Amino acid sequence: MIRLENIIKYFHKGSVNEVFALNNLSLQIEEGDFVTVIGSNGAGKSTLLNCIAGGFFPDSGSISIADHDVTRWPEYQRARFIARVFQDPLLGTCPSATLEQNMALAIRRGLKRGLARGVKAADRLRFRKELEHLGLGLEDRLLDKVGLLSGGQRQALTMLMATMIRPEVLLLDEQIAALDPKTANQILSLTHDIVRQQGLTTLMITHNMKHAIAFGNRLIMLHQGRIILDLSGAAKENLTVADLLAQFYKTQGEELALDSLLLG
Amino acid sequence: MTLYAAFGAIEQGFVYGIMVIGVYLTFRILDFPDLTVDGSLPLGAAISAVAITSGVNPYLSLLLAVAGGFLAGVVTAVLNTKFKILHLLASILTMIALYSINIRIMAGPNVALLGSETVFDSVTRLGVPAHFAGLIIFGSFAVLVVCLIVWFLGTELGQAILATGDNPQMIRSLGVNTDAIIILGVGISNALVALSGALVAQNQGAADVGMGIGTIVAGLASVIIGETVFGCRTIGRAFIAALLGSIVYRLAIALALSFEIGGFRFNPSDLNLITAVLVIAALIAPNLKRRLIAH
Repeated sequence: MIRLENIIKYFHKGSVNEVFALNNLSLQIEEGDFVTVIGSNGAGKSTLLNCIAGGFFPDSGSISIADHDVTRWPEYQRARFIARVFQDPLLGTCPSATLEQNMALAIRRGLKRGLARGVKAADRLRFRKELEHLGLGLEDRLLDKVGLLSGGQRQALTMLMATMIRPEVLLLDEQIAALDPKTANQILSLTHDIVRQQGLTTLMITHNMKHAIAFGNRLIMLHQGRIILDLSGAAKENLTVADLLAQFYKTQGEELALDSLLLG
Repeated sequence: MTLYAAFGAIEQGFVYGIMVIGVYLTFRILDFPDLTVDGSLPLGAAISAVAITSGVNPYLSLLLAVAGGFLAGVVTAVLNTKFKILHLLASILTMIALYSINIRIMAGPNVALLGSETVFDSVTRLGVPAHFAGLIIFGSFAVLVVCLIVWFLGTELGQAILATGDNPQMIRSLGVNTDAIIILGVGISNALVALSGALVAQNQGAADVGMGIGTIVAGLASVIIGETVFGCRTIGRAFIAALLGSIVYRLAIALALSFEIGGFRFNPSDLNLITAVLVIAALIAPNLKRRLIAH
């Protein structure tokens, strides 16, 4: 489904701010895989997701999605295959557009946009039904501007918008990090339900080791732009947070004592 | 202010209102401050005037002006999106270039339309008095443009334009080429500005290379006055407010010019100062109102 081969990416190459963001990274993800991604700050998690989404082109290496070589495809073109939910709840929706306008934008992801009405009467019924499933009372607020919603409501809406037409790949970049614990749990279980129902190929970045273990069928840990741990199947199912920390130390040694604080 | 002056101001408000709609599209919808308009207004005037003097139908000459304006906007937007030149600077470069181009088009600094057929003749021929022809033509063009733009922004493509100004990252991840959208939007904006210039030229019987000076300031003044006075809750309301703002702006200017205390009165050359004061007043009015209510 997704195949990354020998991806190398520098930021600000040749300057004092040079960052070696992805270090010869290769990764293959099968259809229907739900991969959780962990790693300390600056490990390359967001860079990896951005690289798949097409936010930048790698310096070398190749990316293919659903048997298409997309290495040189701009971000808007890859949207055919990819849906994203960002960490910042403000990034996933248009604040000055209404709920129905936002959802109408989302159901044309990757399709041509012409002179037909932006919001069609038939779609309204569908939007209402989809919003009812969220159980947040948003179904009666189709004509409200999204800027009026709370961060959690916006993130739930973004999650819905990302999956109203089935994406080949769903990229979740710490989608609950900016929310309070209760809302975060709601969004997380919503994520779980949608991904399982639709059998979506998913990458989810998280800072929470428990979540990383509880969700998905595969777990990868990044460090300094490389994958230093890749567990799936039984190896992942029997994993505990203590195991994960131990694994982390074993690979990296004592020098990363500080990182364990960040990860715990 | 005489009735005659008020009448003229409303007429001007309508015709320059078409330009204001264009400015609203870039400045507010796309968040793209675009100074190209100072060059695309006389560009439209020049194209239309030259076309008419070469025997082209006056309505067809408007279409040519619209096409020319669209192209000017495309140049600015391409400089910005493809070559990463700051939007403000890109638009200034196009504006400066247009000064030379406009003189080339007219083969001189101006073109007179004396005795040539204009769109106004098509109305006066129906028996409408000449001083109403301007109001009718300008009014119908302005209203038509508002209707078209509001309709367009409700389409799938129009919604993508709105989203591009609002949240480019989001709409890119939904598969929209934001560069193309900006090029289209700035193109449409300048097409409207050129249409406004072409109509002005046909009305005053001449195109002049200097007629675009201060267009952007008048446009912004009208946009801000419209928003302050009439509000901008929905897209439809915002564009109607922009058009009405243009009329209020022209009326305010006419009022200021007719103002007289003792031996003092304003000159037409004081227009820029008056405009600046008007914009400042419109900008601080909401703030002031809030403070007065709070205390």
